[in-house]
Amino acid sequence: MSASLTLDGVHTHIGRYHILQGVDFDVPGGRTTMLLGRNGAGKTTTLRTIMGLWRASKGRIALGDKALQGLAASDVARLGVGYAPETMAIFSDLTVRENLVLGARDGPLDDKRLDWIFGFFPALKRFWLSRAGSLSGGQKQMLSIARAIVEPRELLLIDEPTKGLAPAIVGSLIECLREIKATGVTILLVEQNFRVAVEVGDEVRVMDNGRVVHRGAMNLLAADESLQNRLLGLSLDSHQ
Amino acid sequence: MSATGFGAALPRRRIEILPAMTPVIVALVAAPFVGSASTFVTLTAAGLAMGMMIFTMASGLTLVFGMMDVLNFGHGAFIALGAYVATLVFLPLAGWSASDSVALNLAVFLLAIVAAALVCGALGWVFERLIVKPVYGQHLRQILATIGGSIIAEQLMYAFWGPDQIPLSVPKTLEGSFVFGEAAIEKYRVLATLVGLVVFAGEMLILNRTKIGLLIRAGVENREMVEALGYRIDRLFIGVFMAGSALAGLGGAMMALYRGQVHATIGGEFLVLCFIVIIIGGLGSVGGSFVASILVALIANYAGFLAPKLALVSNILAMVVVLLWRPRGLYPVSGR
Repeated sequence: MSASLTLDGVHTHIGRYHILQGVDFDVPGGRTTMLLGRNGAGKTTTLRTIMGLWRASKGRIALGDKALQGLAASDVARLGVGYAPETMAIFSDLTVRENLVLGARDGPLDDKRLDWIFGFFPALKRFWLSRAGSLSGGQKQMLSIARAIVEPRELLLIDEPTKGLAPAIVGSLIECLREIKATGVTILLVEQNFRVAVEVGDEVRVMDNGRVVHRGAMNLLAADESLQNRLLGLSLDSHQ
Repeated sequence: MSATGFGAALPRRRIEILPAMTPVIVALVAAPFVGSASTFVTLTAAGLAMGMMIFTMASGLTLVFGMMDVLNFGHGAFIALGAYVATLVFLPLAGWSASDSVALNLAVFLLAIVAAALVCGALGWVFERLIVKPVYGQHLRQILATIGGSIIAEQLMYAFWGPDQIPLSVPKTLEGSFVFGEAAIEKYRVLATLVGLVVFAGEMLILNRTKIGLLIRAGVENREMVEALGYRIDRLFIGVFMAGSALAGLGGAMMALYRGQVHATIGGEFLVLCFIVIIIGGLGSVGGSFVASILVALIANYAGFLAPKLALVSNILAMVVVLLWRPRGLYPVSGR
């Protein structure tokens, strides 16, 4: 099973703004942990800080027994962390194939793993040699996630993967995330769609104003409407 | 199924043809005005040779700007340095250059351009570490620092080589022209065109067929994501900067031989042209720079023949027209 992720008193400043104000939480190894919260709560900043794209000004981040804080993003990635950002950040001028070749840092593309990925995202096979910039928004999201998992990873950081996607694609994505989890990968997933969170999440951490204000099992939060309302300002029913 | 075999019957990436055809269109438009076929051939061949030399100098600049987001006004210093390094090879080996042996003639030429590229590449590393690295991400400071660096470099060149022009002749084999009917094409221009084509083919091969090339293309678009995939972008930056400086040196040496003399001002003179070319081509696009170099050189040659006064501003006019048509250049790079 993959290593667990721990954040201990993490602070992040961006310019003069103090975004993360002592974030403490853990992500159990081999489980999918949802990071929820209102817009501006600090979820994306948390992922970027773990990834080393923004430097933590204080606190400790560890993947298993390896400290991540202070490392460059390339070194964090080399410890087995895959990242699919909210912006997708696919390379538009490169083909689908070339995007995935870059995702496979440690060697050539593995045909078996590609077939496994194409099982979830057949469009990527169809547009294999097309320019990634010509894909639709949903296809770009598929490519972003495929690039993050084209090689086995210890930890996956995925930021709002269902944003703007059609329901059918969201279904494939949920299936994909479940299968990735079944391989023992630790996943930290930022998601605004509460139904998706309920379907794929084992654990949940809720953020507000740069701090974690709730830690627990996802099914318990899903069952407690008043807690949802208090933490997120929503209830599952309102999303049905 | 092989990982690389999926694409056989699948849609491929399309490349726009029209921007690449602009030099051909310009030539076809100019041909009736030039009138004489032999003059047209001579002007076109000269334009191609000039275009290839400009491309060699500009392609490094477009990669440095595209990938590193660095406005390197010091690029001209490497053009001048490459020209001076060529003299260091040509002057002591004047016997080889004047010899009747084609092998010795070509050897001194190859030695000169390789030395120019190597010296400029190595000094590019020093320039990047000392001048550019402290000002990454700060455009105004980059302009000030790289202009300052180029002034220092220029003064150092004056200190080493003196303020006077140094004459430089092409090897004996490359003197004279090939004559086709009434058209004469200088031998050196043919060689310059071939060298430019080899440089272009090499760059395209590296950019499109190697992982380093993929990383450079990806880095031009989104440096942060390249790093998040586990690649050390800083090492790639240094490599690209050294390669860009080496290409500037190579182009400078070629241009000095073409002009028959070397002076430190050659750098500043061609730096402006390099910026025009990379803007017309699309910032960060090597293919765009290739097309733009030929376009700019052909327009300058035809304008110089048909309306000499217009030739002074032909490059700027070409840039204005292209940007009105395609505001991000002939082959814009996504994300820039």
